[in-house]
Amino acid sequence: MTKAKRKRLIYNLVTFGLVIVAFIILENMISAKAISRSLKGQLVPICAWIIMAVSLNLVIGFSGELSLGHAGFMSIGAYTGAVVSGWLLSAFDMQDPLLRLVLAILAGGILAGIFGVLIGIPVLRLRGDYLAIVTLAFGEIIRNLVNVLYIGTANGKLHFAFLNKEKLPAGVTMLVDGAKGAVKIKPISTFEVGFVLILITLIVVLNLVNSRAGRAIQATRDNRIAAESMGVSVTKYKMMAFVTAAVLAGMAGALYGLNSSTVVPTQFTFNQSINVLVFVVLGGLGNVLGSIISATFLTILPEVLREFADYRMLVYAVVLILVMIFTNNPTTRAFVNRLASPAKKLVRKNRGETAGGGDVK
Amino acid sequence: MKKLIALALALVLALTVCSAFAEEPITLKIAHIGPLTGPAALYGIATSRGAQIAVDEINAAGGKYKIELIDEDDEHNVEKVINAYNAALDAGAQMILGSTTSKPCEAAGAQGYTDRVFFLTPSASSTAVIEDKDNVFQVCFTDPNQGAASAEYIAEHKLGTKIAVIYNNADVYSTGIRDTFVEKAPGLGLEIVSEETFTDETTDFTVQVGKAQEAGAEIVFLPMYYTPASLILKTAADKNYKPIFFGVDGMDGILSVEGFDTSLAEGVMLLTPFVATSEDAKVANFVKLYEDKFGETPIQFAADAYDGIYILVAAAEKAGITADTTPEEACDLLIAAMKEIQVDGITGSMTWDESGAVTKTPMAATIENGVYVFK
Amino acid sequence: MIFLDHLINGLSLGSIYAIIALGYTMVYGIAKMLNFAHGDVIMVGAYIAFCGLQYWGFPPVLAILVAMVACTILGITIEGLAYRPLRQAASLAVLITAIGVSYLLQNIALMIWGANPKSFPTTFINGSSIRLGQLNISTATIITILANVVIMVGLTLFTSKTKLGKAMRCVSEDRGAAELMGINVNRTISLTFAIGSALAAIAGILLCSSYPILQPTTGSMPGIKAFTAAVFGGIGSIPGAMLGGILLGVIEIFGKAYISTELGDAIVFAVLIIVLLVKPAGLLGKPMREKV
Repeated sequence: MTKAKRKRLIYNLVTFGLVIVAFIILENMISAKAISRSLKGQLVPICAWIIMAVSLNLVIGFSGELSLGHAGFMSIGAYTGAVVSGWLLSAFDMQDPLLRLVLAILAGGILAGIFGVLIGIPVLRLRGDYLAIVTLAFGEIIRNLVNVLYIGTANGKLHFAFLNKEKLPAGVTMLVDGAKGAVKIKPISTFEVGFVLILITLIVVLNLVNSRAGRAIQATRDNRIAAESMGVSVTKYKMMAFVTAAVLAGMAGALYGLNSSTVVPTQFTFNQSINVLVFVVLGGLGNVLGSIISATFLTILPEVLREFADYRMLVYAVVLILVMIFTNNPTTRAFVNRLASPAKKLVRKNRGETAGGGDVK
Repeated sequence: MKKLIALALALVLALTVCSAFAEEPITLKIAHIGPLTGPAALYGIATSRGAQIAVDEINAAGGKYKIELIDEDDEHNVEKVINAYNAALDAGAQMILGSTTSKPCEAAGAQGYTDRVFFLTPSASSTAVIEDKDNVFQVCFTDPNQGAASAEYIAEHKLGTKIAVIYNNADVYSTGIRDTFVEKAPGLGLEIVSEETFTDETTDFTVQVGKAQEAGAEIVFLPMYYTPASLILKTAADKNYKPIFFGVDGMDGILSVEGFDTSLAEGVMLLTPFVATSEDAKVANFVKLYEDKFGETPIQFAADAYDGIYILVAAAEKAGITADTTPEEACDLLIAAMKEIQVDGITGSMTWDESGAVTKTPMAATIENGVYVFK
Repeated sequence: MIFLDHLINGLSLGSIYAIIALGYTMVYGIAKMLNFAHGDVIMVGAYIAFCGLQYWGFPPVLAILVAMVACTILGITIEGLAYRPLRQAASLAVLITAIGVSYLLQNIALMIWGANPKSFPTTFINGSSIRLGQLNISTATIITILANVVIMVGLTLFTSKTKLGKAMRCVSEDRGAAELMGINVNRTISLTFAIGSALAAIAGILLCSSYPILQPTTGSMPGIKAFTAAVFGGIGSIPGAMLGGILLGVIEIFGKAYISTELGDAIVFAVLIIVLLVKPAGLLGKPMREKV
């Protein structure tokens, strides 16, 4: 086993270990009723945001492309999950919530994946800022379309209508009602399923990153032209990362959507994509463990500091700018390195081997 | 030492007895939930402030109840509202005044239905807010109710028969009113000649207004909040198009937008249960208190929340809620009490039925010379 | 007749997009960065003009000038503090920083001016509308279209005739070579931001004169659409931004009028995607060659 491999193994073990330990502690707190309502209510959303952050990190940190429409995939997952769960209940009278939840999550992931392919084919031909703006455009288009989508169920059949609600046959039970969003969802998401989903996400992402494909993806990020001339098919590997991220975001969306009694298009705006982007940037581009920690921390923090809510976005903005300047400006980077020289070994250990740490190149 | 302890004990005892005789007011913990930040902050801040005025009044008057108001922010977000709701219960709230906006209220109300927590929403008006939930009641009209009332008013007063509708298809409130209006209109001899939509980000209304003009609409029905409405009025003025603009309660507030040219709103009609310029003594008192405290004119949301606090207190009194009543116990008691009380508030005289919807009479106002006039 | 009406509305909306797009395209051409915060500079400009007209009682011309000066200072400050340290960094890092700046401006505006929408005073620009037969053209529309033309001509002359303008073109062509030829690159980039931001102030005032609602988020959607317009016309090209803006405005209005108001924004973004796929450099843009 080479040194690099060993370090990677340690990093992966630490990541999994932390997630599992956190889960065990929380489960014990729940069974001992030693947890506030407020924290308990946030567990499932936190799971969903962790998956969102890790999957977006796959696109931004590892393949080096900025996607600004990640919330779009989440909304596809959330809507699909709500529809599938509602349909299974009405058409097949499937009472088992766990089975419904699992099927809904799978469906959400698959549909988001299909959209990922459809969007990825044109988008990934572009690069840099263009790609960012086009993913933004797709996110907005998805939201625009969902806004005029009507889905109802009657006698075990699903009915779809677009733009015109009146086209639905009379007497259907609405599942998706245009601007009113997905309605009358029976909340069935559980923290346990969220935890399993995080584990699956970690397994998929860490394996992909450390595989041959993952090395190719990172090579295209670091130097596209060099990678291309070595025979790496840039588009193929970027597609792989993009679609995987879309599937994971779809699954997270289904989990998130089925945690609430209703889901609306305005929950998945451009701002939500930016929110996830903040998780990723603060956790460190390419750093999976960092994404998990920052997603958790930044979801809980505003709740703990409810009275300072007015300044939350302001602080986010400032932090985003400062982090970017400090990690990317040569002078400040040298300065930070000098400050951290005693701890330098540790820093290097943490980011040098995993995936390039905070470097964006 | 022993003596000292005995003395202290006696003192404590004496104090407790005294206080029992002086009838300490019962402390009622009410949580207001609404968007205090984010895109809908305008409405949440209004309900929060309206509720605060009522709480100040009640506490100063020193009646049976003393109210402790807990203010929680839901950012007009379906996820955050659950956090706000949980935080409110963690803080000891016994009942909830909220949420201000429809979708968050729908989500939190459903959670409250499972947990058995009582909700009175000042302003969340969609039917989904109260549907299938016995624990949620409204201070405001439901959207279908407003849509129907508007259509009936237009038909009854023969304002015109050719109607154009412009509505926000990304907004629950707007689509809710539009749906019943469009459904009711044909039966009342009204013809919908044009129907156009917009979304929250729309700034350009030339197409929507142009189509209404081209279709020769005599009335343009605007089921929306006042922000887009003010843009539509401006666009129509530019186009020299002068139909009757008919609005709903969300239109209230248009006259107090800073910098708004009120001449654009001349002749606009709207159905609303509350206008700040009313001469009614109760309303005038509320408006004055509000203006003194917050330096701005209250919108209808603030009035709804003000009434909401009084309704909660009336219901709590009827139900015999005490400081020790848990939210779960309070829920069923309050549900029963709501059906029995009648409250004369600044938004009208109100009663409730099982569904949770309110019964009160809307008033039609016309804007003349920059102020509302009732006919 | 209604067709002409839609066309004029489209031209007016397009002219506003075009002026905003100029700011994007100049900055992109020279600093090679997508200044995501440009839309929010527009919002700040509109707010300052609003304050001038409403609170300080300035005459319109003075209010506009003050807004332009304030935005110019703001633009240079943003460039110096947030973007200059990242001159050598990857475009991803710069873009994320720009998004941060955009959020920062929106939230500062929220703190200063509050969430309540303000109605932009339009009386100064609203003479009686001009009637041509059945057609009504508002004064705001005419001024917007005229301003667009003036700015376009002015900028073209500036970049082709003046020394500073030529320096800008040099930096845009090859930053390294320009530096070797003795052009102060940092100053040229600052100048670009200054011009772009001054234009943003004008765009903000025109935007709010036609659509007089002012909120902290007023600039974001027009900003994104104007960026779309800049890309559409070929980013980095001044006539391209003009053409792209006007086309996009007309497409948006026609899309709403003849297809569906529900899908207006979706149509705009779909156009962007199609253009980028068919002609990645935009309508008038030069295809960029990559150097190894």
